Amino acid sequence: MEHTHPTIDSGNQPKLATLDLPELYQCVHCGLCLNQCPTYRATGLEPESPRGRIHLVKAAADGRIELNDRFKEHLYLCLLCRACESACPSGVQYGRIAETAREHIGPPGSPLARSMLSFVFTQLLPYPRRLKLAFALLRFYQRTGLQRMLRLFLPKRMREMDAMLPAIPKNFFKPEAETLPAIGPRRARVAMLNGCVMPLMFGEVNHATLRVLRRNGCEVIFPKRQICCGALNIHNGENIAAKKMARQNIDVFLDAGLDAVVVNAAGCGAAMKEYDYLLREDSEYAEKAQRFSALVKDAGEFLAGLGLVGAMTPVNLTVTYQDPCHLAHGQKIRSQPRQLLKSIPGLRVIEMEGSDRCCGSAGIYNLTHAGMSQHLLKEKMQSVGATQADAIVAPNPGCMLQLGYGGKNYGPDIAVYHLMDLLDRAYRQAEDAPQILKNKT
Amino acid sequence: MDKRELIFELRRIVGELYVLVEKEDVIVYEQDGSIFQVMPELVVLPDNVEAVSAVVKAAQRANVPIVPRGSGTGLAGGAVPAEGGIILSLARLNRILKIDLADRLAIVEPGVINLDVTKVVSKDGYFYAPDPSSQAACSIGGNVANNSGGPHTLAYGVTTNHVLGVEVVLDKGEIVWLGGEVPDTPGYDLCGVFVGSEGTMGIVTKIAVKLMQTRESVRTLLAIFDDMDFATKTVVDITAAGIIPAALEIMDQTTIEAVERGAPVGLPRDAAAVLIVEVEGLSEQTERAIGLAAEICQHNHARQVKIAKDDSERQALWKARKGAFGAMGTLAPNYYVQDGVVPRSQLPEMMRRIAAISKQFNLPIANVFHAGDGNLHPNILFDMRHPGELDRVVAAGAATLRACIELGGSITGEHGVGLEKKAYIGLLFNETDLAAMTRVRQAFDPDGRFNPAKLFPTPASCGEVRLEPAKIPAGLWI
Repeated sequence: MEHTHPTIDSGNQPKLATLDLPELYQCVHCGLCLNQCPTYRATGLEPESPRGRIHLVKAAADGRIELNDRFKEHLYLCLLCRACESACPSGVQYGRIAETAREHIGPPGSPLARSMLSFVFTQLLPYPRRLKLAFALLRFYQRTGLQRMLRLFLPKRMREMDAMLPAIPKNFFKPEAETLPAIGPRRARVAMLNGCVMPLMFGEVNHATLRVLRRNGCEVIFPKRQICCGALNIHNGENIAAKKMARQNIDVFLDAGLDAVVVNAAGCGAAMKEYDYLLREDSEYAEKAQRFSALVKDAGEFLAGLGLVGAMTPVNLTVTYQDPCHLAHGQKIRSQPRQLLKSIPGLRVIEMEGSDRCCGSAGIYNLTHAGMSQHLLKEKMQSVGATQADAIVAPNPGCMLQLGYGGKNYGPDIAVYHLMDLLDRAYRQAEDAPQILKNKT
Repeated sequence: MDKRELIFELRRIVGELYVLVEKEDVIVYEQDGSIFQVMPELVVLPDNVEAVSAVVKAAQRANVPIVPRGSGTGLAGGAVPAEGGIILSLARLNRILKIDLADRLAIVEPGVINLDVTKVVSKDGYFYAPDPSSQAACSIGGNVANNSGGPHTLAYGVTTNHVLGVEVVLDKGEIVWLGGEVPDTPGYDLCGVFVGSEGTMGIVTKIAVKLMQTRESVRTLLAIFDDMDFATKTVVDITAAGIIPAALEIMDQTTIEAVERGAPVGLPRDAAAVLIVEVEGLSEQTERAIGLAAEICQHNHARQVKIAKDDSERQALWKARKGAFGAMGTLAPNYYVQDGVVPRSQLPEMMRRIAAISKQFNLPIANVFHAGDGNLHPNILFDMRHPGELDRVVAAGAATLRACIELGGSITGEHGVGLEKKAYIGLLFNETDLAAMTRVRQAFDPDGRFNPAKLFPTPASCGEVRLEPAKIPAGLWI
């Protein structure tokens, strides 16, 4: 082959000012992020690493490469787990770079997949009633035998996705009232984010969170007009809808005289703590968003800060704790959930290898990138298995679904709990105990 | 063989997924941890030695250069394809093949991450000694290429002191072992020749490394100084007192600022310098040594001396030290790190000279260095987007290297020569020295196939190196 010497390449594409972010210039490409990145570890490919993706965005901003399908694939193979942010000595906020690039290139996949995703992001997620209806239909589909029948005719890819769909619970979560008083002396007034999928798939976790908050002296309000936080939209390049949702949530929560907006889903918490960044150029909302983001607290973070009160009875379980990415890396919350677990009598915690490595759930990633997602899940389940724990604790709905699926398919088939489930159990047993004694006498 | 045939052949060897040809893939391989950029034509990622051999043979038939790459964390441009060609990434050759605690060795593939070796054996009380600051990301193969050191080089030596043997693929695709699993194999020490050859002699595919037993006790102190002179003098005094620490590391005020902005650990931002002293050994020894070191610090007017209470305090200090380079991004978009060495006794004078150079060229310089063995790392901070700034940076870098040599030192301690310092190697070696080295290189790689245009001074670079967005400064490629 005629070997040609390289020449200086300044690019022939238009420069893209929207991608020319200050964060890009904070990266000195030292490479300390590489080994923390799940997709780099799995492939060994630099374009599938944080450093590689940052360089791609920089090259695109400079007009040196096209925003073609290869570019999109690299940006969307990223899980947005942000483990690289925890590893970065320069504090580069990689998430912002990747999210901005995704906003610029739009949602992933084929034109059909894109329009389907776009429908979900703009027509379902922002409308709790429509979403509830969709889940009710899905539940109907699962429970009437329609699923078993239809499965025979679905194409393979759809069949796999269908198999990942967990059973939708009989009851959706609905708070008894808009304001629920504290149990015992009032220590704080908080609002709870209801969430989009949480009340439909994990209604019990919302009930548990509510009870634990009230037992710890929190008056809890559920403003009616609150909606989905918009995290999935942001992660998939649908920022226009996300901003609208963020503004609505700010309007609903900001002036309700709250000590905190408590969120029991790590992904939502991380997104809402970053409304200030999302709306930084919104002249009307920028300042409000800053105040709002400061109010947002993860449920574990909030309760650890408040200090638990009240009697608990032992929960005799050995558990292992999975750090949700958007808690450990997105919100830098690692010690508080562990501290709460330790406060439950009888509960033993065994750390797994790589507890802060992504399980492959990553929002809708397990659907859009099933191969990589399952690869990471298998590894994760091996680490879980090595601890011989009876259960996994993972305070985030996406992780709970993924780990539940992992247990069934790769073992160990053990229970997956939210942190609030276990706290609630310890409190409820303590409350029920005298009741039982009373009944006996 | 034309490019199309070469791509076809490479795909046959490693599979389609692991031959990168599109610009949106190969562009990320134009850089490593340094400031140099050159675009490769192809990137290939084999995952076994036979495939590496087949790739080398294909490259020979197609007559293109091969540039081996580990994790791409190097600071001298060693993995930048100066003349284009194929990047041979060893990232997928990342298995630990054998751990033999009885004989205290491990056999690993080159893509294994340095820290992962220690992680695997630490529960049994062993570790792999060379600990570059990038050890959480850099590969053992890259360490072999650059003969890498780290903060603990002071006590344990550099990579070559810990490599028993290497399996390598030579220029015709032959697979041979140099050295072996036992130390001191008879005949030429070809393993010793290979370690530090910066990828110019062949491709390392397996490495037999020594494992060491973890010391009973480790004590670490942090001394805070208001004057850099006293910090460097303390280093001289500690070694003069007969203490042989495992590590003696200094960070100056600018570096402290970078660390505290990036991933804060609570270092005092107003201090002129902090000194980390670490001693290892039996508990009685370390107790005495750390006490003595603390006294010497105080004698030299340390503002405060803190001995780490537990392992987490110790880890925090090392996290700050090892993240220092990467944290430079908090101060400036670019940094150019030098790797000069001076005799320990010359440290106070050298630091004064660096301060003068910083002033003369009007460029901030952050110093973080292995004070114990006089291995300096002045990081010149700058912004490539400012026209003309890079010329000043290069001139300032050259001035620090000249100062090192004037004070009886050398131009590189551990980062390698690579692209970055090949113009300066003539300051250290005369033509006869260099000719002898060239003959050794030619014995292994007569065609100059492996990592060309590195290590040795060339009249002018054949290819063009991209220092984005400015052009190459005049005089860099002398």
